[in-house]
Amino acid sequence: MTATTRAARAWRRGAATLAVGALAAVGMTACSSSSSGSASSGSTASSSDIAAALQKKSTITVWAWAPQDKDIVAAFEKKYPNVTVNLVNAGTSTTQYTKLQNAIKAGSGVPDVAQIEYYALPQFAVSGSVQSLDGYGFDSLKSDYASAVGDAITVNGSLDALPQDTGPMALFYNEKIFKQYGLTVPTTWDQYVADAVKLHAANSSEYITSDTGDPGFATSMTWQAGGKPFTVNGATSVTINTADAGTQKWATEWDQMEEKGLLAQTAGWSSQWFTQLGNGQIATLVTGAWMPDNLETSAAAGNGDWRVAPMPTYTAGTAASAENGGSSYAVMKGSSNALVAAGFVQFLATQPGEQILANEGGFPALTSILNSSSFLDQDPAYFGGQKINEVLSSAAASVLGGWSYMPFQVYANSIFPDTVGKAYSNKTDIYAAMQAWYKASAAYGTQQGFTVTTK
Amino acid sequence: MAVTEQAPSAARRSARPARGSRKAWNPNKRRKSPMLTAVMTLGLIYSLLPLFWLIVNASKTQSNLFSTNGLWFGGHFALFENIKQTLTYSNGEFLHWFGNTLIYVVVGAGGATFLSTVGGYGLAKFDFPGKRGVLAVVLGAVAIPGTVLVVPTFLMFSKMGITNTYWSVIIPSLINPFGLYLMWIFARDAIPKELLEAARVDGAKEWRIFFSISLKLLRPGMITVLLFAVVATWNNYFLPLIMINKPSLYPLTVGLYQWNALSQTAGGTPIFNLVLTGSVLMIVPIMVVFLVMQRYWQSGLAAGSVKQ
Repeated sequence: MTATTRAARAWRRGAATLAVGALAAVGMTACSSSSSGSASSGSTASSSDIAAALQKKSTITVWAWAPQDKDIVAAFEKKYPNVTVNLVNAGTSTTQYTKLQNAIKAGSGVPDVAQIEYYALPQFAVSGSVQSLDGYGFDSLKSDYASAVGDAITVNGSLDALPQDTGPMALFYNEKIFKQYGLTVPTTWDQYVADAVKLHAANSSEYITSDTGDPGFATSMTWQAGGKPFTVNGATSVTINTADAGTQKWATEWDQMEEKGLLAQTAGWSSQWFTQLGNGQIATLVTGAWMPDNLETSAAAGNGDWRVAPMPTYTAGTAASAENGGSSYAVMKGSSNALVAAGFVQFLATQPGEQILANEGGFPALTSILNSSSFLDQDPAYFGGQKINEVLSSAAASVLGGWSYMPFQVYANSIFPDTVGKAYSNKTDIYAAMQAWYKASAAYGTQQGFTVTTK
Repeated sequence: MAVTEQAPSAARRSARPARGSRKAWNPNKRRKSPMLTAVMTLGLIYSLLPLFWLIVNASKTQSNLFSTNGLWFGGHFALFENIKQTLTYSNGEFLHWFGNTLIYVVVGAGGATFLSTVGGYGLAKFDFPGKRGVLAVVLGAVAIPGTVLVVPTFLMFSKMGITNTYWSVIIPSLINPFGLYLMWIFARDAIPKELLEAARVDGAKEWRIFFSISLKLLRPGMITVLLFAVVATWNNYFLPLIMINKPSLYPLTVGLYQWNALSQTAGGTPIFNLVLTGSVLMIVPIMVVFLVMQRYWQSGLAAGSVKQ
């Protein structure tokens, strides 16, 4: 549920979490280098087997941090009174991944189900730590989600998880500030940069957005620019294209703002960040569709000022978006109750579960909810009564396909500050730094026993 | 403060040659240096500012946190409401975590102090083969940061099946090589050999000598070790983070971090005000412990610094 951006930003904040990031890497060592096969070698079961298992007395443990899960679990237990779900918040994002890696390495204490963000799923899937859901009768479910979501939960051709929330990106902007400074709502990135220049020139304490160098954001922006820098071929082979055209396209565009100091250097999710979002000193946010709820609760001072528009693109008139953040739920390998675990994941990723999520402020993956009138007609006062879900739902449909993350993305994100983060603080070329980041990640992948081909 | 000191100290500077005379040095009449005062004032501000910030912000509501000046009180003074909310939030899990922290501290730090005292005393006052080897191991262990051992310990405990229990945090907390070393050195200097010999001549058994005589002499050292251990265990974050995956066993550190993470979760309600208030409540006991034990602490620190 925590978006990629948040995870990455959050972890840069504290030394303790830094240590966790490093540990995730330690934990990974064993998993990836000893990975013998893909996750697809799983048992098979039909939906009737799952239905039968759900009627028997059983207990499963679920590691998740999404706040809506309490109610989803309650609804699940009500429907299947013989199943007890032991819902554990073992930590958010990277904290939980560290624990998961440790438990996998120790060979005990692994939960039956774990919440895993899309960017981290390949890491657990390729190392064979999650149970493939092929043969559970879930294949038909894929068509219930946007194709990009289907891509995200499929690693090496094997269905490895089911989605909960997603984060198709959109442009959140402060209409009051836009009016005050005579800015046009940008539809292309060139217009966005022009707005950035105009706004900061008019008032030096105003910034178009904040960005201190964030791996989740950078990868999503590369994705939206049509980039495909990472290709996973099988369980142990990765190709990293350091000269990826999409990476260059985004980096060159963003560079115009970064090198001129047009990006507020406020750490994301800090109290200052929320203050600036509330008072309009940060005028836009390009981020995932899960953001509205966070704006309403944490930047309450901006009530009524914010609006949502489609993400700007490189070519006017063509809609394009990317996923930023969002989580899937995987059945962990070794679960003694894989059928019940699969049943729970299905409940969560389809109707009742997804509706509960949507009702409690989450942005669901299920297309039928995204297109339902009750969802589209919501007009929150915080956004001046705008029907924001119309914009966000169409963003979900325009996410570009064909993207994949590295199977060691969690670690790669942890070393992002060493290269790209540094470029941000020195106001130097982002593209060169991104290439350096890809190379450093490739070197790590090789150390972990992957065959990394760099182009 | 630095400014007001400026004038008198300038006057004193002219009197400098006088100091060269063979006047007895009186520490209470030390010359005041404006430079030193300024540096110390900066140091004072540096160490007190975070505390000040914490207390100021614990008095604000969640919405006022972002709309008022972070370094001064602003809006509605909500400290007491925050405290009430902190103690009752999510079925009072704060108090539960507080209790857990107490268990870890009392058993872990208390046990560590006891073991260090007994061990240090034994090493200081008894001769046995392999003592030099023990010294090498202890000194080596002091050099290894505890954090490094957490994951290997986790894997070991996992095999033993004791992760996710109180013991998984308490057992590593009991091991305190620095405390042992400190007690060893302290016991060596604080207990005269003659005293022990006299007691033995009178027919006292070793345990009785230890509990009735040595322990009293060791008290300043013990308090020092206890304070170190209490602070380390009270603030321990990484060990319980790795060992425990059950919120009901979390200590305050891990629990508060989890509350903080709510703000970074889509659909999660941020409770920064409660995180801040919880942090204030969490440091109060440590401050009390320090104030109460201050005098022992000071004599403990100075122990062995002067040859009697």
